[in-house]
Amino acid sequence: MYDTIIIGAGMSGLAAGIRLAHFDQRVCILERHYTIGGLNSFYRMGGRDYDVGLHAMTNFARKGDKRGPLAKLIRQLRFRWEDFKLAEQIGSSIRFPGVSLDFNNDVDLLRQEIRESFPSQIDGFDALCDKLLDYTDMDGDHPLFMRSAREVMSQTITEPLLIEMLLCPLMWYGNARENDMDFGQFCIMFRACYLEGFGRPFKGVRVILKNLVKKFRGLGGELKLRHGVSKIHTDEGRAVGVVLDDGTEIEGRRILSSAGNLETMRLCDDVSRVDVARAGKLSFIESISILDCQPQDLGFDRTIVFYNDSPTFHWAKPTDGLCDARTGVICSPNNYIYDSDEGRLPDGVVRITTLADHDRWCQLSDSQYRIAKVAQYDEATASAVRFMPDFRSRVIDTDVFTPKTIRRFTWHDNGAVYGAPDKQIDGTTHLPNVFLCGTDQGFVGIVGAIVSGISMANRHCLVDV
Amino acid sequence: MTPAEIRSEIIDILDDISPDEDLDSLDDDKAFRDQLELDSMDFLDIVMELRKRHRVQIPEEDYGNLASMHSTVTYLEPKMKDL
Repeated sequence: MYDTIIIGAGMSGLAAGIRLAHFDQRVCILERHYTIGGLNSFYRMGGRDYDVGLHAMTNFARKGDKRGPLAKLIRQLRFRWEDFKLAEQIGSSIRFPGVSLDFNNDVDLLRQEIRESFPSQIDGFDALCDKLLDYTDMDGDHPLFMRSAREVMSQTITEPLLIEMLLCPLMWYGNARENDMDFGQFCIMFRACYLEGFGRPFKGVRVILKNLVKKFRGLGGELKLRHGVSKIHTDEGRAVGVVLDDGTEIEGRRILSSAGNLETMRLCDDVSRVDVARAGKLSFIESISILDCQPQDLGFDRTIVFYNDSPTFHWAKPTDGLCDARTGVICSPNNYIYDSDEGRLPDGVVRITTLADHDRWCQLSDSQYRIAKVAQYDEATASAVRFMPDFRSRVIDTDVFTPKTIRRFTWHDNGAVYGAPDKQIDGTTHLPNVFLCGTDQGFVGIVGAIVSGISMANRHCLVDV
Repeated sequence: MTPAEIRSEIIDILDDISPDEDLDSLDDDKAFRDQLELDSMDFLDIVMELRKRHRVQIPEEDYGNLASMHSTVTYLEPKMKDL
C-alpha cells in the first residue's frame, strides 16, 4: 500500500514525488512510456543529442535570488543552484511584418523597444505592468483572473498591433485557450517571459530530468516505467488504487495524476463518460535542423524568435490543413551565454515550431505520415526564413515531431501541449483522494509544471497524512 | 531537548530550507518573515521537518506560534523537552 501513487513521470509528477518522498511517504510514480519527461524529453539519434519540449526555461533567476518560482522550486526540492545552472539568453525577438521588438532578461530593453516603435504606447505598457497580478494572486480566486487578457490590455494599450505582438510569445509559451487568454494566465506568462526571462542549462532538458529522478530515487521513491495506468479503481466514493495496463492492481491511499483533467476522469471506474468538448485543441509540430555551422556564423544570434506574418496573430487550431505556419517559434539552443568552461554546443541547431491539427495528423496512413512530415518541414522552414537568415543550405540532419508524437508521449487528448483551456487550479476532482497536477492544474512550462507538482503535493498529499 | 538545543535544531532546519540565508545575525524576537525571505511554503517545511525529524505534531491552528525564533522555541519547549 502506497501513501501516494503518482500518475506520470513528467516534470510535475517527479517534483511532487520528491516532496512526498522527502517527508518519508511511500510513493510510486507510474509512467506508461519507456522514458521520463512526458512532453519534455530527450533522445539520442545518429550520435547526436536531441531535446524535445524545452526551448528555454522561463522564469530565469540568478543564484542568490530569493523571489520567484525558480528560487521557490530550488528550495522546496532541496536542490542547489548549480544543479540547474542556467545560462542566460543572448536575446529574443517578436517579429511581425515591418516591426520587430527585441527583449532579454531585463525588461528595460523591451520598454525601450516599445518606446522606439510605439512611442505613444509606452505609458500604456507601464500601466499594464502595474496591473499585473502577483504570483500570490494565482490561486484563481482573484476577480481579474478569468477576465479576457485582450480586454484588460486594450484598457491601457490603444495600438492593436502592439497587443498582438505582446500576446504572441505569451500564448506560444503557455496558453491552452484559442484566440484569447485568461488574464491570470497572461500575468503568469508575462512575468515568466518578459520580467524574469529565459535561460537554459548547457546540456538541455536532460540535466533537469536526470536531477529530478536522481533526487527522487535517492529519497527512496519508486519509479516504474512502462507501467501505464488503465483504471483508477474506486470504492464507495473513494479511490482505492489503480489497475495497470497488464491488469496488475496497486493500492494507494491517494492518487496524484498528471494525466490531464479529462484523461484522469476517464480512468476513474465510477465515471461513465467525460465531456470531450472541454479538451484542449492546440497542438504543435516541431522540426529540428542540425547545421554544419553555428547559427551565429549565418548572422543569427537570436535565442528565440516569435513570428507572425500578418498584423493579426492567429492562435487557433489550423482550419484547413495539417499545419498553420503563419505564426511560429524559432529557437536556437546555441544562442545562450554559456560559461567559457562549458564551451559551445557541438552542433548548430535551429528548431521551428508551428501550429498543427492533431486529428488530421492521426488520420494519415504510415506512408502519408512520413511524406507529410517532410512536406511540413519544408513549409515551416520556408515560413521561418522570412524572419531569419536562410539556413536551409547548411542543414545536415533533421528530425520532426508531430501532434501524434505529442499524444504518444503525453497521452493528452488531441496532443494538446498546454492541456485544456479551463484549468482546475485547486487540483481537486470529484473524488476526495484523487488530485491533479501538471498542465491541467494550471501552471505550464517547465518551471510551472515543477511548481504545480510541488504545490499540489503540499496542499493535498503532505499535510493530511 | 533544552531551549538552546531546540533553537539550534530550528537553525539547522532553516539552513536546510534556505541554504543561502545568513542565520548568524537572526534576531530571535523579530518575525522570521521580516528577516528572511520565507513564504507559506517555507513555513510548511518547518512544520514538516519537525515532524520528520522528531515526530513533533503541530496542528494547523498553531502555525501562528512559529512567527519568530523566540515564539517558536517557547511553543516547542513542552513538546520537545522529553526528546
